[in-house]
Amino acid sequence: MTLRERLRDKISAAFYRHGLLCASYPVPIVLFTSISILTCCYPLLKLPLPGTGPVEFTTGVRDYTVPSHEAQGDFGERPDWYRGPPVAYIQQVLVKAAVSPWESSLVPVDVFRSPLGRVFTLLEEIRNHVHSDGSGMRSLEQLCLQVTDLLPGLRRMQSVLPEHGCLLVSPGNYWQNQRELFDSDPDLLKTVQKHEPKGLHTSATLRDLLFGVPGKHTGVSHYNKKRVVTYTITMVLGRYDARFLGSLRARLKQLHPSANCSLREDHMVHVHFKEEIGIAELIPLVTTYIILFAYIYFSTRKIDMVKSKWGLALAAVVTVLSSLLMSVGLCTLFGLTPTLNGGEIFPYLVVVIGLENVLVLTKSVVSTPVDLEVKLRIAQGLSNESWSIMKNMATELCIILIGYFTLVPAIQEFCLFAVVGLVSDFFLQMFFFTTVLSIDIRRMELADLNRRLPAEAGLPPPKPGPLRPREAPPPPRPSPHTITLQTPAFRNLRLPKRLRVVYFLARTRLAQRIIMVGTVIWIGILVYTDPAGLRTYLAAQVSEQSPLGDSGGGGLPAHLGAAPVFPGGDPASTLSVLPAPEATPLPENQSQGHHGALPQAPPSAPQIAWAAEDEEGWRRLSFRHWPSLFSYYNITLAKRYISILPVIPVTLHLSPQEAVETRHPQDTRHPPPPIPKVSTDLQADLTLYKVAALGLAAGVLLVLLLFCLYGVLCPRNYGQNGVPHGRRRRGDLPCDDYGYSPPVSEISPLLLRGHSMDIECLASDGMLLASCCLAGQIRVWDAQTGDCLTVIPSHGLRRSSSNGCWDQRDGCWDTVGGASEAELLGGDGCDPCVAGGDVLAEDDDGFPLRRRMAPARPPLFTDQPDLTPLIDTNFTSQPPSHLCTPPMGAFDYGGLVERAYMEHEPPSASPYSSPSTSYSSSPPSGGGLPQRRRSLGDTPGPQYHDRACAGAGQATADWDSSVWAMELRGNLIAAGRSSGKLELWDAVEGSLRCSNEDGASGITALAFLNNRIVAARLNGSLDFFTVEINKPPGLLQYRGAPGRGSMPPSPCYSSEDLISCQLTRSVQCAHQKPITVLRAAAGRVVTGSQDHTVRVYRLEDSCCLFTLQGHSGGITAIYIDQTMVLASGGQDGAICLWDVLTGSRVSHVYGHRGDVTSVVCTTSCVISSGLDDLICIWDRSTSIKLYSIQQEVGCGASLGVISESLLVTGGQGCVSFWDLNFGDLLQTVYLGQSSDGQGVRQLLVLDHAAIVCDFGSELSLVYVPSVLEKLD
Amino acid sequence: MSLTLTAMADSTVTDGLQQPPGSSQVPPPARGPYIAAITNRTTNLVIRGAMLFSVGVFLALVLNLLQVQRNVTLFPPDVISSIFSSAWWVPPCCGTASAMIGLLYPCIDRRLGEPHKFKREWSSVMRCVAVFVGINHASAKVDFANNVQLSLTLAALSIGLWWTFDRSRSGFGLGVGIALLATLATQLLVYNGVFQYTSPDFLYIRSWLPCIFFAGVITMGNIGRQLALYECKVVQEKTHQD
Repeated sequence: MTLRERLRDKISAAFYRHGLLCASYPVPIVLFTSISILTCCYPLLKLPLPGTGPVEFTTGVRDYTVPSHEAQGDFGERPDWYRGPPVAYIQQVLVKAAVSPWESSLVPVDVFRSPLGRVFTLLEEIRNHVHSDGSGMRSLEQLCLQVTDLLPGLRRMQSVLPEHGCLLVSPGNYWQNQRELFDSDPDLLKTVQKHEPKGLHTSATLRDLLFGVPGKHTGVSHYNKKRVVTYTITMVLGRYDARFLGSLRARLKQLHPSANCSLREDHMVHVHFKEEIGIAELIPLVTTYIILFAYIYFSTRKIDMVKSKWGLALAAVVTVLSSLLMSVGLCTLFGLTPTLNGGEIFPYLVVVIGLENVLVLTKSVVSTPVDLEVKLRIAQGLSNESWSIMKNMATELCIILIGYFTLVPAIQEFCLFAVVGLVSDFFLQMFFFTTVLSIDIRRMELADLNRRLPAEAGLPPPKPGPLRPREAPPPPRPSPHTITLQTPAFRNLRLPKRLRVVYFLARTRLAQRIIMVGTVIWIGILVYTDPAGLRTYLAAQVSEQSPLGDSGGGGLPAHLGAAPVFPGGDPASTLSVLPAPEATPLPENQSQGHHGALPQAPPSAPQIAWAAEDEEGWRRLSFRHWPSLFSYYNITLAKRYISILPVIPVTLHLSPQEAVETRHPQDTRHPPPPIPKVSTDLQADLTLYKVAALGLAAGVLLVLLLFCLYGVLCPRNYGQNGVPHGRRRRGDLPCDDYGYSPPVSEISPLLLRGHSMDIECLASDGMLLASCCLAGQIRVWDAQTGDCLTVIPSHGLRRSSSNGCWDQRDGCWDTVGGASEAELLGGDGCDPCVAGGDVLAEDDDGFPLRRRMAPARPPLFTDQPDLTPLIDTNFTSQPPSHLCTPPMGAFDYGGLVERAYMEHEPPSASPYSSPSTSYSSSPPSGGGLPQRRRSLGDTPGPQYHDRACAGAGQATADWDSSVWAMELRGNLIAAGRSSGKLELWDAVEGSLRCSNEDGASGITALAFLNNRIVAARLNGSLDFFTVEINKPPGLLQYRGAPGRGSMPPSPCYSSEDLISCQLTRSVQCAHQKPITVLRAAAGRVVTGSQDHTVRVYRLEDSCCLFTLQGHSGGITAIYIDQTMVLASGGQDGAICLWDVLTGSRVSHVYGHRGDVTSVVCTTSCVISSGLDDLICIWDRSTSIKLYSIQQEVGCGASLGVISESLLVTGGQGCVSFWDLNFGDLLQTVYLGQSSDGQGVRQLLVLDHAAIVCDFGSELSLVYVPSVLEKLD
Repeated sequence: MSLTLTAMADSTVTDGLQQPPGSSQVPPPARGPYIAAITNRTTNLVIRGAMLFSVGVFLALVLNLLQVQRNVTLFPPDVISSIFSSAWWVPPCCGTASAMIGLLYPCIDRRLGEPHKFKREWSSVMRCVAVFVGINHASAKVDFANNVQLSLTLAALSIGLWWTFDRSRSGFGLGVGIALLATLATQLLVYNGVFQYTSPDFLYIRSWLPCIFFAGVITMGNIGRQLALYECKVVQEKTHQD
């Protein structure tokens, strides 16, 4: 086994298990998938909608001028929106502040209280800054964007956002820019938190707006380990004045130099906001998606055998869309900013690569055998395609990898996206789509079941036997006619699987134990973490939480107390501050103090670091940050742009003393001991690891638990017989365009062995199955279990009732009493044990002799293929095909006709006229079974002693003529022999109940309906018999439920009954030529003959109702059912549909090149097969040929319809199941190990979804979609 | 210009075609007057032509929009403001051309006596159309380093399209022929100032235009063949019944 094969097997097995998993737990998996999708899509919330994302354009600061309104010639670099002045200029002052050196006596609040407090100083600085040069004095007041009014509806923000004047936002706005309020605020965090919206929010929050950096970067929290507080003061300027801004920058830098700051200051970024997605831009996109969906639609349309095609198509679309969203989301998560490109490229990606798997999967799954359990089907379908799927996937990934190494940025980005898309698509296909498919198929089967149920309701309750014939042989029944209903309790033993699981749980108290184990584990975890970790952690937690709790109680009133001050304070403060610039135009005086603080700070404060990301810190904000800020003042940024100026970095180092001084009394009320705090940090880390480890352990445990549970729920042997999965023999089955052929089934047919020679006649009434082989042996089988119930003749009977028998085991002829001439000739020196050619020679010898005896009559019919199965030409054990042995057939016909004519003459003719000639040949001595003796037709008296005495029930069997027709009703077998004798056998006891020898011509066809038997004879006459039962009163019992299916209740004849068979009427010249077909249903008897006509008789009074003419050849096939549908097929290849009530021809179509060999109707279509090995399916109402199926040579004749949509045909050693609606081959069941040689010539559909077909000398019982098995 | 447009229209035609045929194809058991109409040769031809035409018009509109958006094609200013931002005569031209191509392909197949058997199903046709639109999309949207690179890429894509969905020599020959003709016509149109390309690099037009035409022809032919196949099926069945 090469590595490749091993890999392939492994993959196949893995997919098989995965399929089982998916089909077994559809709901959890769909839930899991949905959660995964949602999780992966979560980052998308931060993304702009396609097309609405802001567009940036960067220019240098140095030579910046406001762009003109006119479009300029060069489109080269400038985007077309970069015209005219921006809505506003944004100038941010980025403040990083820290208390340094940090002293252990400081409380957590100190981290941010004093740094935040410095914002007021800075604000004042900025507001008061005045730049004066030759062109006059400029202050912020003149340059800034003046806002007038907050939007109504933003009352909540009123107290925080400036309502008049300059749009200048900073954290100070929380306290109305008043230092006093800040100082008196007992809990800063609470104030900040107060304005945060509840729940999930995607747009900019107030905190983001005021701090100007994303919330988690501010460092305003108790758990700030870096102890650096970052915030910005954002100025929105209406006009750009480079000199003022330059002087402000210089001033601030001078006051608060940032030692290691190397931020670039030479670029300003213009951000253009789009209004909405342009419809024009969307049209091509939408078109591609429409094409994509059309593609999906046309692809999924090919999917048949699913419950809801639309549902599956929807699932495919969901798969595609979700994988798109997931890949974009994942890319965002990992920092790969997707562009609109992704959305545009994706349809093509899907069209070219992605959807094939879905189709292949669906196709593969639906072409698994329909009768398997759903999860097995899914698993098989998956594993069948696993190799190709994995191969494709690997190929695609390789291509993408190659693309990635081109090192072209755009291609690399695309490749990354493609990888993520492919993987997520694969994930969804495997989990989501497969699961949906399993649900769909399950639904379909349930629907099938529901459709079936009414039909089955009338059936006797299903015995366990047929369901699992190989697993649990049914309890032996004494005799078939004493079948009793299974008691409900007994039937309930076959519990549904879920109930069994519940019972299992109840029995083993699994849940209880799991809970117990879980409790123990939990306690263990507690104990483990108790000594060091958890308790300390909890203590630390408590110690940290309690101040907040305290402040919640104590701080709130104070805050409320301050609240009334706000409304008046806000404008007042603005006013009071704004005049200040004139009053104190020179700010140097204030900065003195800071200068004093600065020198000592830097050495001990290395923790403030400026990185490149600070350069454009606004990028970390939501893209809706600026639009929402402006929208509060009813300024829209749609289709306009703002210009963001380089930030001014400000570094503040505060001394611990300052931090302590600015403390609010409440901050220290709960002095968290510094040392515990430090250790808490450490321990928090430790605990984190512990928790992580425990979580991991718990996860592993959970997985193991799930595995155990899985093992409990799905025992290892998924398939009933542990069938190997993976590649199956594909043989010469028809393939479709994709080279895909449906897998061979795992149905194993039940072979009924016993006959020594090829099987000639088959009859069944649903419960019993009677077969007759060439040797004349009739065997009765239980149609559901396949047990052989009776053999006729039984050993003893055969011995006693036949003399001159030739026992093959003796291997000699010496027991033959009166040897016939033919026999003598044939047996002369011939070793009977040699088969084949010798026998042929013997026959060849024999026939000329008989010719001599009954000289030259012109053969009347030489071309009646339908008779050939009756007259077996299978002299040797050669391959089947009676159709392929013309010389023998022709010759045999001659003999037959001769014989027929001889029989027609008075029976007092020479002994050679006795009908049985050498029919049976010496078969190879297989199975050691006693062989039927050679039929010695002309052994003198013995076989004539059996003139039936009807009343006696002791009729003697005629063993010398072969059985040409057989019917089975109740437990009576009606056998028509070539001698013209009609025999009634008890199917159970194997005794001959009565016989009738009123006619001498061989019976070619029999119909047994109610208590009437109709026999068609070779000479064209039709005999009607009545079966009369003389029985002790009250002994008549009915088998089965009265209202059963399509069959009238068939009386059961007990052995005490005296059965007589009376010829009620004989229609001598029903047809001018031999009757080839006889069918009876719905109170009508229909005969078809060589004379091109079909006749319809009434069963009750044997009255001929119609003679239907229309065929231009002999009739070869007739179909009639309970609904009075009559169809006939002839040698001319035509198929006629007749109205039985009026006798008119409904339609007439030519479908076959040769004879029509069989015709079957369903409610919607007519199925015909012909000698040309075609099976044609016609629409019944319009007579249009829907499609045709080419069969193997010589196998066209046998077909049956199992349900409205399931057709079964025989082939060379196999039977095939077809979907009638679409003509798809569903499944092929091989009957034997070697599929060569034997063809299926007869096929009988039993009414419990089983079919019986002959297979050489064996019978094959195949259970088809046993829908019942899928119930549980 | 009309030629390019028509080529695009052709391809678009194919796209549009697919849906109507699909809907008509969905009920194969639909019989009666419908069958009669379909099997009538003239009616069938008209129906197919109409379908192809509508597909062509649709694709022309969409793909034109793509080009106009990217300022690849410049129409006189008043046209831009019209509903679908293309001149009124473009869609009909494209539709006609696509109808012709779509009818020509099966016809030639029949003449040559080699019916096209490769991947004859609607989903494949849809893929073909999608790839065609994708090629158009790429030509309009993707920024390549230079025009040669772009043209070569598109040429490779077009050949790939042919190989994936057609693989018939007649299809290739016809595609190349029509593409050359269409390119010539576009040159003439641009030369006469009916419209213009923003950055022509192949005389007056873009060098990728022949590739687009070729892909469009292949796509249209694909649709046309699929439609003709449907007709054949019906006719066959009908003769069978008689």
